Amino acid sequence: MPPTCRWSPDVATASLPAGGLAALRGDDATGGRSRRRAGLALAAPAAALMLVLLFAPSSLVLALSLTDYQFGMPGMAWVGLDNYAAMLADPNIRRSLANTFLYVAVVAPASIFLALLLALLIEAQGRLRGLFRAVFFLPVTATLVAMATAWEVLLHPTFGLVNALLSMLGFEKVRFLSDPDVALWSLAVIGVWKLVGYNILLFVAGLATIPRDLYEAAAVDGADDGWGRFTLVTWPMLGPVTLFVAVVTLIRSFSEFETVAVLTLGGPNNATAMILYTLYEQAFRFFDIGLASALAVAFLGFVAGVSILKVWFFDGRVHYV
Amino acid sequence: MSRRLASALGNLLLIAAAVATVLPFVYMIAVSLAAQGTVYEGSLLPSPSLSAARDNYAFALTQVPLLRYMLNGAVVCGAILVLQVLIAAPAGYALAKLPFFGRPVLFAAVVLGLMIPMQVPAIPLYVAIAHLGLLNSYTALVAPFVVSVFGIFLFRQFFASYPDEVLDAARLDGFSEFAIVWRLMLPAAWPAVAAFATISVIAHWNDLYWPLVVVTRADMMTPPLGLAAFRASGESVGNVGALMAGGVMVTAPLVVGFVFAQRHLIRGLTLAAGK
Repeated sequence: MPPTCRWSPDVATASLPAGGLAALRGDDATGGRSRRRAGLALAAPAAALMLVLLFAPSSLVLALSLTDYQFGMPGMAWVGLDNYAAMLADPNIRRSLANTFLYVAVVAPASIFLALLLALLIEAQGRLRGLFRAVFFLPVTATLVAMATAWEVLLHPTFGLVNALLSMLGFEKVRFLSDPDVALWSLAVIGVWKLVGYNILLFVAGLATIPRDLYEAAAVDGADDGWGRFTLVTWPMLGPVTLFVAVVTLIRSFSEFETVAVLTLGGPNNATAMILYTLYEQAFRFFDIGLASALAVAFLGFVAGVSILKVWFFDGRVHYV
Repeated sequence: MSRRLASALGNLLLIAAAVATVLPFVYMIAVSLAAQGTVYEGSLLPSPSLSAARDNYAFALTQVPLLRYMLNGAVVCGAILVLQVLIAAPAGYALAKLPFFGRPVLFAAVVLGLMIPMQVPAIPLYVAIAHLGLLNSYTALVAPFVVSVFGIFLFRQFFASYPDEVLDAARLDGFSEFAIVWRLMLPAAWPAVAAFATISVIAHWNDLYWPLVVVTRADMMTPPLGLAAFRASGESVGNVGALMAGGVMVTAPLVVGFVFAQRHLIRGLTLAAGK
């Protein structure tokens, strides 16, 4: 290599074969050491902060869940698994956990399948496609606290638009947020409203990546109607996106907090309490850090469990496809 | 014939779903523009009035006081975003391009960290912040979020595809590794930065959980917390118009911004989906 190259990198990149540079990059002893040091220095702030802000406190939660620590009280004692036993014995917390699972079981499938259906319908549109996309993406960025208060006015027991429509159609008015048999379902509707937009966004992005010629190939094979195209091409090609949507939706519906904290405070009679709101109450209202930590561990278990399931499933695909 | 029927049914469903999606937005705007008395008259949409609209928005801005909350929100989101990029971008570069002691461990920690929801470390962080006397401060609102494992992951993925030859050329040209990050990588990674910024700002502008935990004083509240506090106070009962005006103003910046940032947001979400 001509010595001038050392001082004119533009020429070097343009004229040198990649191997020459790779040799320079990899095995130069002093360069390697200085880059090792630089790597450590560049990664150190993030690594230290992850330890202090994420891993140390999360590990501490595991430890605290085995104590009777109350915030503001002196001293604490190990209580073994008592907090976990209390969590499963306390009727209010059990109700909250049951509500959470019911909410997830309704909201997650509804918002996934509705989003898939709407994404397919949007993509089948002609000129109005952009408009429909924009409309359905609106709830993605909207502040849920603000939108929850708008829903509350819509669902107002006597004056709300929804009840006005119901009585026009001859139905009785419904106390959507204060009837214990209805309130959780009302929150579920708001939850689906919020999550469908996000899921449509992901499905639309996924649909855009399916190569056109696959549909032509399917047509040659005789699958030229909508259902045939869907089962032969769209659905298999959307597999990874669907899996990602399912994981995100499960986690997000399990983490519902705003609608409960703003609209119902878990009531009436715990009918809408869910795990994150109960965790919030125990930790920051009643300052029962031990019990709250046990709830946090249960919450982490669900979220991490779903995430691990995804990783495991993706690895499975890599092996078999 | 049946295909035409299916298509008509599909369009009907699409339109019904679109109406249901925009309904809360339309109603929120309509109520924010109407006088208190007209909201509950039983008509489907209350009729707007200029003076009522002015009263509602003025009340929300000055009495609630939303202007202060939005300022807090802007400060908090801005500080979080700047610190997140300052900390995550170098780490992402190091993970993608530099050999250093502990790199596999750090990468495993990033992947593990992606699975931990914020509400888990929040409990000890709250205890620590309370003991340090930092409740009701910008520090409390910002500190837990300065390191984003999602950001590190995103930048690492983006930097990994950057050609090594260009890096080598820069090194030969006398660039330090630090200069490479700030003068070469970050400008080249602006689509990743824009995608990350969109996701970060949406998450923290809209967050209720953490502000609710560490803020009780009105002058430190963020927009969602301030709005929730106004709703919970007796004042909002007789003033739904002002409550909806507040909702419109809190929601508008992101919804309008989304029209312009749509591409970045979708890219960010798709990058996230690829992980």
